[in-house]
Amino acid sequence: MAIEGADLVKAAAFIGAGIAMGLGAIGPGVGEGITAAKACEAIGRNPKEAGLLTRTMLVGQAVAESTGIYSLVIALLLLFVV
Amino acid sequence: MELDIQIAVKAAAYIGGGIAIGFGAIGAAVGEGYTAAQANAAIAERPESAGNIVKTMLVGQAVAESASIFALVIAIMLLFREFPATGWQKAAALLGAGISMGFGAIGSGIGSGIPAAKSCLGIARQPSMSGRLTVTMLIGSAVCQTPAILAMIVALMLLFMEFGSDPLTAAALLGAGISMGFGAIGSGIGSGFPAGEACFGSARQPEASGALTTNMLIGSAVCQTPAIFAMVVALILMFMKFTDAPLAPTWAALIGAGISTGLAAIGAGIGGGMAAGGSCDGIARQPQSVGQVTTAMLVGQAVTQTPSIFGLLISFILIFKSFPESSTLREPMALLAAGISMGFGGIGPGYGNGVTAQSAVKWVARNLEITGDLMRTMLVGQAVAQSTAIYAMVVSLVLIFVV
Repeated sequence: MAIEGADLVKAAAFIGAGIAMGLGAIGPGVGEGITAAKACEAIGRNPKEAGLLTRTMLVGQAVAESTGIYSLVIALLLLFVV
Repeated sequence: MELDIQIAVKAAAYIGGGIAIGFGAIGAAVGEGYTAAQANAAIAERPESAGNIVKTMLVGQAVAESASIFALVIAIMLLFREFPATGWQKAAALLGAGISMGFGAIGSGIGSGIPAAKSCLGIARQPSMSGRLTVTMLIGSAVCQTPAILAMIVALMLLFMEFGSDPLTAAALLGAGISMGFGAIGSGIGSGFPAGEACFGSARQPEASGALTTNMLIGSAVCQTPAIFAMVVALILMFMKFTDAPLAPTWAALIGAGISTGLAAIGAGIGGGMAAGGSCDGIARQPQSVGQVTTAMLVGQAVTQTPSIFGLLISFILIFKSFPESSTLREPMALLAAGISMGFGGIGPGYGNGVTAQSAVKWVARNLEITGDLMRTMLVGQAVAQSTAIYAMVVSLVLIFVV
C-alpha cells in the first residue's frame, strides 16, 4: 500500500470529520436533555404555563444545538471542501 | 525488527491483562466507595441501626466487587496460561478479551453500588424493612451484573476459541472486544438507578414494595438492550467469515463496527436507567399511579434507545456491505471515522433523552391529570436532543457511501 502525501491528508481529514461530529454531538445531546427535563419538571409544578414553558424549552434547546451544528459544519467541510 | 508471532501473542496477553484489571477495577471501587459514603450518612441519621446498615453495606459491596473479580480472573488467565501462538488473530483475540472484560466491568461495578447505597439510606429511614430491602438490593444488583457477565462470556470465548488465521479475523476479534467492552458500561450503570430507587422507595412506602420490584425489573430489563446489541455485534464479528473480503479497507470497517455499537450503547444504557429510576421514584411517592407511570417509562426508554439503534445500524452496514479493494489510506480511514462519529455521537443524545424521560416520568406520578402535556413536552424535547445523534449518523453514512 503506497501512502502518498495527498492520500494521507485526505485520510486525516476523514478521521478529523469523525472525531469532530462524534465528540461534538455529546454536549448538545446532554444539554438539550437537561433542558427538556427541567421543562417537564416546571410543567409538573405549574401545568397552566405548559405552552410558555415548551416554547422557552425549544428556544433554549435551539441555542444549545448551535455547537452541534458547528461540529456538523466542520465535519462536512473536512469531508467535502478541504 | 522481525516480530515473532510467539512474542506478539505473549505481549498481547500481558497488555490485555493490564487493561482487564486496570479498567475493570474502576467501577467496583467507585460503586463501593459510594455505598460506604451513604452507609455513613445513614448511620449518622440513625445510629441505633448501625449493625443492620453495616451488614447491608457489606453484602452490597460484595456484589459490586464481583465485577472486578471477573476482571481479575481474566487478567490472571491472560498472565499465566499458555496460549497457542497460531497467528496474529490470537494476539488480537487476547487484546480483545482484555478490552471486553476491563471496560465491561466498569458499569456493573458503579451500578451495583447504587442499590447498595440506597438500601443503607432506606434502612435508616425504616429500620423494620431491613430484610426486605436487602432482598430487593440483591435482586437489583444481580441485574446490574448482567453486562459484566456478558463481557466475561465474550472475553472467555476470545481466550479459548480457535479462529481462522487470516489478518481480517484479527481485526474482527479486536472489534468484538471493543464492542462488548464499551457496550457494557452504560447498561451496568443504568440498571443501578431503578434498583436504587426501588430500594429507597420500598423504605418510604413499604406497601408499594411489590409494585416497585416489578417495575424495577421491567425497567432494568429494558436497560440491558444496549449491552445485548453490543454482544450481538461482538458475536457476529467473531463468527462471520470474512475470508473473501479484501484486507483494506475491510479491517477498518470491522473495527469501526465495534466502536460504533460499543460507544453508542453507553448513553442509551445510562439514559434508559435514569428513566426507569424516575419511574420507581414516582411509584414510591404515588403508588396508585403505577400503570400510567410504567407506560410513560417504557415510552421514554424506547426513545432513549434510539441512539444505540443508530449505532447498531451503522455497525451492520460496516459489517455486511462489501467494500472494493483499496490501495490508499483514505478508504479505511473513512470507515474507521464512520464508526468513531456514530459511536461518540450516540453518547450525549442517549444520556439527554434519559434525563428528560426521568423527569417526565417522575412528574407524571405526582400529577397524573397532566400526563398528556408532560408526554408531549418529553417527546418534543427528546426529538430535539436526538438531533445531534442524527447528524452523527448522517456524517457516518456520508463517510461510508459518499466519500
